[in-house]
Amino acid sequence: MDLLLSSLDILARWDVALALLAGSVGGVLIGAIPGVGPAVAIAILLPATFSMDPIVGLTVLLGIYGSSMYGGAIPAILINTPGTAVNALTTYEGYPMTARGEPRRALSLAYSASFFGGIFSVVCLILFAPVLAKIAPMFGSREIFLAALLGLILAVVAHRGQALIAGALASFGIFIQTIGLEPVKYSQRYTFGQDFLYGGINLIVVVLGLFALSQAFVLLASEDEKTRLSRLRGGLFRGPRELARHPRVASVSAGFGVMMGMIPGVGEFTAQFMSYTYAQRSSKRPEDFGHGSSEGLIAAETSNNAVPAAAMVPLLALGIPGEALTAMMLSVFYVHNVVLGPGLFQNQMDFVVALYLALLILNVLVLIFLLFATNALIQAVRIPNRFLGVCILTLSFVGVYSLRNSATDCAMAAGFGVLGYVLKRLSMPVVPIILGMVLGGIMEVKLRAAMARVKEPLDFIDRPVAFILFLAIILVLSTHFRRVWLDRKSLK
Amino acid sequence: MPTERERRFVGLRRGQLIFALAFVALTLLLLSMITSETRWVEKTKLFAQPRFWPAVALGGMALMGGLHLYRLPWRRITRYDVGETRKWLMVVEYALWFMAYVLLVPLLGYLPMTLVFVPALSWRVGYRSRRMMGLSMAFAIAVVVLFKSLLAVKIPGGAIYDYLPGALRSFFIVNL
Repeated sequence: MDLLLSSLDILARWDVALALLAGSVGGVLIGAIPGVGPAVAIAILLPATFSMDPIVGLTVLLGIYGSSMYGGAIPAILINTPGTAVNALTTYEGYPMTARGEPRRALSLAYSASFFGGIFSVVCLILFAPVLAKIAPMFGSREIFLAALLGLILAVVAHRGQALIAGALASFGIFIQTIGLEPVKYSQRYTFGQDFLYGGINLIVVVLGLFALSQAFVLLASEDEKTRLSRLRGGLFRGPRELARHPRVASVSAGFGVMMGMIPGVGEFTAQFMSYTYAQRSSKRPEDFGHGSSEGLIAAETSNNAVPAAAMVPLLALGIPGEALTAMMLSVFYVHNVVLGPGLFQNQMDFVVALYLALLILNVLVLIFLLFATNALIQAVRIPNRFLGVCILTLSFVGVYSLRNSATDCAMAAGFGVLGYVLKRLSMPVVPIILGMVLGGIMEVKLRAAMARVKEPLDFIDRPVAFILFLAIILVLSTHFRRVWLDRKSLK
Repeated sequence: MPTERERRFVGLRRGQLIFALAFVALTLLLLSMITSETRWVEKTKLFAQPRFWPAVALGGMALMGGLHLYRLPWRRITRYDVGETRKWLMVVEYALWFMAYVLLVPLLGYLPMTLVFVPALSWRVGYRSRRMMGLSMAFAIAVVVLFKSLLAVKIPGGAIYDYLPGALRSFFIVNL
């Protein structure tokens, strides 16, 4: 009870309330505009949050992260275009509903499912927090190294059919973070004698280039699409009743979302895939899937909204981001000297619970906002692509230039923007570069610290958590190679 | 008629070979410089060597990038690949627009430069109507007011503001 009151005390401030409101409304709006997405918005806003208190800055970013998927369902359902990448599965079931004249039902069900997923995961994690506080201290340098390695491997093998190039790009990310003065012997690495490379390449510069600028280039080089939208008539209050008719699909999907969110490198797509497959296999009407099935829509929306809260677990408990958005948030903690890892759960549990409560409130705010403002939000879909590109390019300037007022940073971001554009054109993954950069840095520091106390190679895994993580790495790799071998065999 | 391997390939075909070749070439170039760009420190363990992590990263890039190149179902650069490369180069124009904006803000000031940049780029990409020009201007003002005036992000005042009279000069430097 004391913990709860202390956490509420952290949140009971006007600037946090404002951040919650701005994050939730802004996130929904960003999600509703196809072509923007939370990664672009968070990358742009990141430097602006550095001057804020950690709880305020994180609330804005978490708000955008948590609420963008709600907004992303709107264009997915109404015009068959996912607002964010994770709403792709929503189009399969949501758009057929719109096509047969039930857009209101689809939207209402998507909002209810998203709300259930969001609340379910936050409640799970608040209940799970004391357990995490006990487990987290079992992670020393070697365990964190192995967890980071596992996260990186999972992020690579998750790109089925592209694991080789994903691995190469993750290695490229590790290489980028080694540039500059190394922290032990203070020798230069790949600086080519250039002053601007001594301090290394800033993560935010790379993030802004790969996510924001590249997306601006994609939009600027694209054609505008004509969208025909009709006004929604009537309320959106029937969704909860329909959701209540499928409690099993909703709770299992939310469970998948929580589990997949907690594993670094996995995230929304795997959670959605597992939930959708489960819903289809256990449905009495599997033939409806792909033609506007309410169970399919519930599975897709519940699982993706359960992920954001869960994705904060490896970040807060171990300092290991599992995907690009939490990797960006990591820099907010760095700037404010908040040390993430086991100590946070032992010494600042109220801060952790405050973050989860913020997510809880945020879900309520988003739902209320959507129930009354959907008709107005639909208009956001009409913004022309290339004008959106102009807007993102202008906003990217704020993100990069306000970091250090450096034109060199901007030039590097522009370079990474062109690289991101090329990768997007080739349908290659961008996220492994960011994860390689962040996790590579963590692995370097932790391996060095861990090896100082290791005499024999097997000593590295002589602690229970380290051994379990090692087994998990072996299991993931062997499963991946077996799948590759089976694929090659079927080719012959 | 595409082969089974081509059919199963994930991603756009055009440009894949050129990208893979460029990636491997860059990796090999960086690897060839590893002795001059990193240090090997005597009496220091392997894992604490400054060269260790760049070597791991470049090794990973060479191995996986090389295997990706080897596993590509295509061996010849076609005119479609060249056409795709041209598309990549076309966005360099927008990168240059961005850099021009970056370099001119410290001279002309954030508000004046944004008021020029947004409508000019909108014009360039084909929005010529009064409505879109008006929207561009409104967006430019909103961005400056939100980020510089309200959120006080660190963007220096333009050199041109020095020519403004006293109080107005301070106001422009701080807010616009």
